[in-house]
Amino acid sequence: MNDLAPETSELLPHYAELWRIRWFESHVQRLAARGEIAGFPHLSTGQEAVAVGVCAQLQQSDTVYTSHRGHGHVLAKGADLEATFAEILGKQSGLCQGRGGSMHLVDAEQGVLGATGVVGGNLPLAAGSAWAAQALGRDDISVVFFGDGATGAGVFHETLNLAALWSLPVLFVCENNGVAEFTSREEHSNVNFVSAFAEPYAIANQTIDGNFLPTVLAGARAAVAEVRGGNGPYLLECMTYRLAGHYVGDSQQYRSKEALAEMREKCPIERLGRHLVEQGVQQQRLDRLRDEQQSAVEAAVERARKAAPTDPASVMDYVYRSPDFYAIEG
Amino acid sequence: MAEQSFIEILRRALDEELERDPTVHLLGEDVAAGGAFGVTRGLADKHGATRVRNTPISEAAITGLTTGAAISGLKPVLEIMFIDFATLALDTLLNQSAKYRYMSGGQLAVPMVVRTQAGAAGGAAAQHSQSLEAWFTHIPGLVVVAPSTPGEAYGLLKSAIRLGEPVLYIEHKRLYTMRETLDESAALPVIGEARIAREGEDVTLITYSAMVNDALNAASELEALGISVEVIDLRSLLPLDMDTIARSVCKTHRVVVAHEAVTNGGFGAEIAARIGEQLFDELDAPVTRIGCRFAPIPFAPELERTLLPGTPDLISGIRRLMNLAAD
Repeated sequence: MNDLAPETSELLPHYAELWRIRWFESHVQRLAARGEIAGFPHLSTGQEAVAVGVCAQLQQSDTVYTSHRGHGHVLAKGADLEATFAEILGKQSGLCQGRGGSMHLVDAEQGVLGATGVVGGNLPLAAGSAWAAQALGRDDISVVFFGDGATGAGVFHETLNLAALWSLPVLFVCENNGVAEFTSREEHSNVNFVSAFAEPYAIANQTIDGNFLPTVLAGARAAVAEVRGGNGPYLLECMTYRLAGHYVGDSQQYRSKEALAEMREKCPIERLGRHLVEQGVQQQRLDRLRDEQQSAVEAAVERARKAAPTDPASVMDYVYRSPDFYAIEG
Repeated sequence: MAEQSFIEILRRALDEELERDPTVHLLGEDVAAGGAFGVTRGLADKHGATRVRNTPISEAAITGLTTGAAISGLKPVLEIMFIDFATLALDTLLNQSAKYRYMSGGQLAVPMVVRTQAGAAGGAAAQHSQSLEAWFTHIPGLVVVAPSTPGEAYGLLKSAIRLGEPVLYIEHKRLYTMRETLDESAALPVIGEARIAREGEDVTLITYSAMVNDALNAASELEALGISVEVIDLRSLLPLDMDTIARSVCKTHRVVVAHEAVTNGGFGAEIAARIGEQLFDELDAPVTRIGCRFAPIPFAPELERTLLPGTPDLISGIRRLMNLAAD
């Protein structure tokens, strides 16, 4: 154990974190499939390395925004397992007291300022948090995760322009999984790589393998240093694969079995595992990390399931600062 | 203190709030140069180009940026040049700004003001003249205010900036040249409280924004005919001050609701419905609605004048109502 190189040892907690997200999503899938989770949860299975690799380079006061496929980012930024799962279950003990759900997770204390159900909708908000940090003289940066599908939205281009113009400390992290909802990237755009959109705005950018954690860690380290150093925005494009459907229950008839099998070969957890074994880590040690996470997640999920439901009497709380002052309803 | 125009008084309120609170920032298209109507003229020189900041013509992004800044410690005041362009900002206003406090279970507040300018005057035509306030009153979490005079604009803008909620602040372009001497001693208005602009006994005329002035003109003319009109200036549409409305209706028993926006689906329908639900027994006649006919705003000045409701429409509406009411 002691003969591992430091850079190898450093990867072990990240390996565990990948599993933490993977197990979390597996429980979301299981409970959504049997109707215990309402609504439309979207799984990040297969894209865990981007969440873990980028968030590993952030400080707590940095702000993170994500998309509808955001469970992994929220956990990687430090949100509590049980409170996150409780929110997805719609419990009072959830991060947002059951008012947000899977697509609107917020943990302000950890800098998780929000997921959104509108594709591309959070890009300008992230620029806004970056502007606030800049205006208030804080050294925080703002990060926004989005899929390649978001580049079809006008607000993506508006935000890149604005962020470059104002030299905002914002890191745009694109998870290019090659498929937007149910349709492949080729049918969405002639532009193959999202990083190309950064060029005309002179935004620093890089396209990396988003399924190999050491690569993501290195890419994110460089990007975060640029942004925190006051050099303006950065666009980090992480090539990845969405191993799950668009939402839980999507039969994925638009993808062949062969294509899915090929993607599974590139699973970021398996790839990191193989890498760690090559670097001298015992397989048993990796299995133990995996199993520890399985138990931890399972215990958190069970506690969340047993937690009290929301109180119907509180339904009008938080529409405004005070429900009494704003007696909107006659 | 000398008389000042609506624009000058808005500028003064913004200037004082910038002075008072370092987290207040102004942004929008051309605002550093004063904005399309000169409201912010000189403020960038005084407070710096980072606090009074020009933006690209990107309504969606700048409204999102404003929202993100608001949840991260600033109190931004965004200018959307015409309410007609708020359509481009609607995703953020509807799906983010208005819902953030609720969706986050109270973790985050959105202390932002969107100043915009609405209404028809001077042939601005179909895409620069609309009164779209009713759309926004349908959004839980938003606050919608529409001042009627320079003095009201001053207090309401300051209160809006300090409120700690996302506020849509609607200025009517017809009011921009209106002049008034600011009452220095007046307390800032509480957002959500209407005001009685003129007391009366026979009929309650409920309105807001520029039409308050048409209503006061109508009330003066009707007084000569022996009809005493009470004019309510709502000031805030969301929240709506039903207490002030109810007190007046219980006194007059007759109601006219008026606005420049098209009558169909307008905010007047909401007020009329609430009065019908809550005060039916108080009414001596059905609630009368006066608004714009169901057409886009035309360019030609005579067509614009024909379409828009004004003092004569209020007078004839109230006279019809008075004849209808059985005493």
